[in-house]
Amino acid sequence: MAAVKIYVPRDTTAVSVGADDVALAIAQAAKARSAQIEIVRNGSWGACWLEPMVEVLVGEQRIAYGNVAPEDVPGLFDAGLLEGGEHEKRLGPVNEIDYLISQDRWTFWRVGLTESLSLDDFLAHQGFKALQKAWETGPDAVIEAVTQSGLRGRGGAGFPTGIKWRTVADTEADQKYIACNADEGDSGTFSDRMLMEGDPFGLIEALAIAGFAVGADKGYIYLRSEYALTHTILSRAIDTARDAGWLGENIQGSGFDFDIELHLGAGSYVCGEETAMLESLEGKKGIVRYKPPLPAIEGLFGKPTVVNNVVTLASVPNIVNLGGERYADMGVNRSKGTLAFQLAGNIRRGGLVEKAFGITLRELIEGYGGGTASGRPLKAVQVGGPLGAYLTADQLDTPLDYEAFVDIGALIGHGGIVVFDDTANMALQARFAMEFCAIESCGKCTPCRIGSTRGVEVIDRLIGGENREENYDLLVELCDTMEDASLCAMGGMTPYPVRSVLRHFAEDFAEGKQ
Amino acid sequence: MSANSIDKASVSDIVDRFGSRPEMLVQILQSIVQVHGWISEDVIRQLASDLNLSRADVHGVVEYYHDFRTSPPGKHIVKVCQAEACQAMGSRELTSHAEQAVGKDTTLEDVYCLGNCACAPAVMVNGRTHGRVDAERFDTLIGALEGRD
Repeated sequence: MAAVKIYVPRDTTAVSVGADDVALAIAQAAKARSAQIEIVRNGSWGACWLEPMVEVLVGEQRIAYGNVAPEDVPGLFDAGLLEGGEHEKRLGPVNEIDYLISQDRWTFWRVGLTESLSLDDFLAHQGFKALQKAWETGPDAVIEAVTQSGLRGRGGAGFPTGIKWRTVADTEADQKYIACNADEGDSGTFSDRMLMEGDPFGLIEALAIAGFAVGADKGYIYLRSEYALTHTILSRAIDTARDAGWLGENIQGSGFDFDIELHLGAGSYVCGEETAMLESLEGKKGIVRYKPPLPAIEGLFGKPTVVNNVVTLASVPNIVNLGGERYADMGVNRSKGTLAFQLAGNIRRGGLVEKAFGITLRELIEGYGGGTASGRPLKAVQVGGPLGAYLTADQLDTPLDYEAFVDIGALIGHGGIVVFDDTANMALQARFAMEFCAIESCGKCTPCRIGSTRGVEVIDRLIGGENREENYDLLVELCDTMEDASLCAMGGMTPYPVRSVLRHFAEDFAEGKQ
Repeated sequence: MSANSIDKASVSDIVDRFGSRPEMLVQILQSIVQVHGWISEDVIRQLASDLNLSRADVHGVVEYYHDFRTSPPGKHIVKVCQAEACQAMGSRELTSHAEQAVGKDTTLEDVYCLGNCACAPAVMVNGRTHGRVDAERFDTLIGALEGRD
């Protein structure tokens, strides 16, 4: 009898709640019962609240079991785990879980499905098909498809990817680079991480396509050091791809050279800003550069460089395979395609939800997320990381659309959605925004470096009930200065969360509670 | 880890591994910290000399990044996430608890996001991320550390 395939995700979140121990317990239980099994380490499907989620392949179907603890394993075997047997942890076929099947999985379609580090599995699931198609159609057709797709930078800035690629392609240089920004520092975001852990070869293919499109033979991935498991997985995937001739010189006899160097960050948030990241890749302090020149013209080591976020790049292979129009058919207005939203914080069903733009926050938070984890009323939602505004329960019907968010003084950023219940003191959250900026500021420009420290002090006085009106005005003025005069988004957008608290939750200052 | 000096030969090995390229300084420092836990003054001198950089250049990079400790850490390193998603799930209370709970041999540090935001609060213990950590689970994790006082 052939070995029964059992999927146990190797993903930071799944492992953080015991997936490795569950895999070990399954191996031991199988051995004790002389059962033939094969444990497959896939990525996480993104239903994080169900992790560790184990699946068993029965016939053609993968039967899922949720929140499996190591101590559940003997009981699961007794209940006939290998035949998909009934058990209180049984969720049913994975392709019938509503949270997952109702998504628009364009970029994350392989994540959870395949064995992350198996090149064969990748190749069996369209792997490197887009790169091969790119070789057939030529670089211009690739850039044309990306432009047509309306894809915008998913790291937060939302810049049109096709225009960026065209600029680099059209700039004459002896050397060009692809720099993949995997410094996913925003709280509430983990989509880059899940993609890299669940589909590392997909990202490698995407970098190679970008390199082919613009004429770069070298790519860098700048990965934050907090992602230890991601680093292990991605390093192994890069080595495997190189050993199999999918990276290096004359890839698969195509005449195209491309290789990837994986760099680790060192705990600096501002290195997620593209020019600071380039400085760090050059071995220097992560200090923001003046723009212009744009990195597309003078980027890494002064050469034309495509700087793209992980999810941006990983969206490209399907755009090449299926055409830009298919992608542009999804979404609303100028927000085309899908975004991998991440439901985090105080939420009952946290996880990754890739949906077309236009879905509302309410559908995400209440529909997918099931409301707060605590069961208490929702008080605030922060969208887009530490530089994103805090929204109120009254703003949940706002559609996820870049421009609609700008209209309400907010941002979508990298798609992280952090929910707070009514026990949160928003004055403390405003204080944290300034404090975080003070800790992480690169120090190049004064409004950010000094303004953030003064901001903490002013907020402390407000919370303390000192000269309230005067300090309120001072804080607003400080926010104006930071917004208008900072060099990058760090100082320039830290006022967003602060102002939103002043606007919607001023009573939390007034109460003076700590 | 955490001796009061860092073996010169080991640093040279790491420098060699990165081809003595000055643009790899951040990567070299990261590797040294992963092996030895910190960066000493002597290491700064050695790197400046080996990479043909000024001591001020190396010192500046060391000072800039949070990961590059300039004193030896404890036997264990515990990082509690302080970012918003974890705050929404009680990381402030967990941090207060952690300050009381860890032993003298443990270095407790802040970290801003471990990317585990759907299973908050998150804690990293000796390089491994743990999710859904309340005070009780924290104590279990700490209790399991080897050779604890």
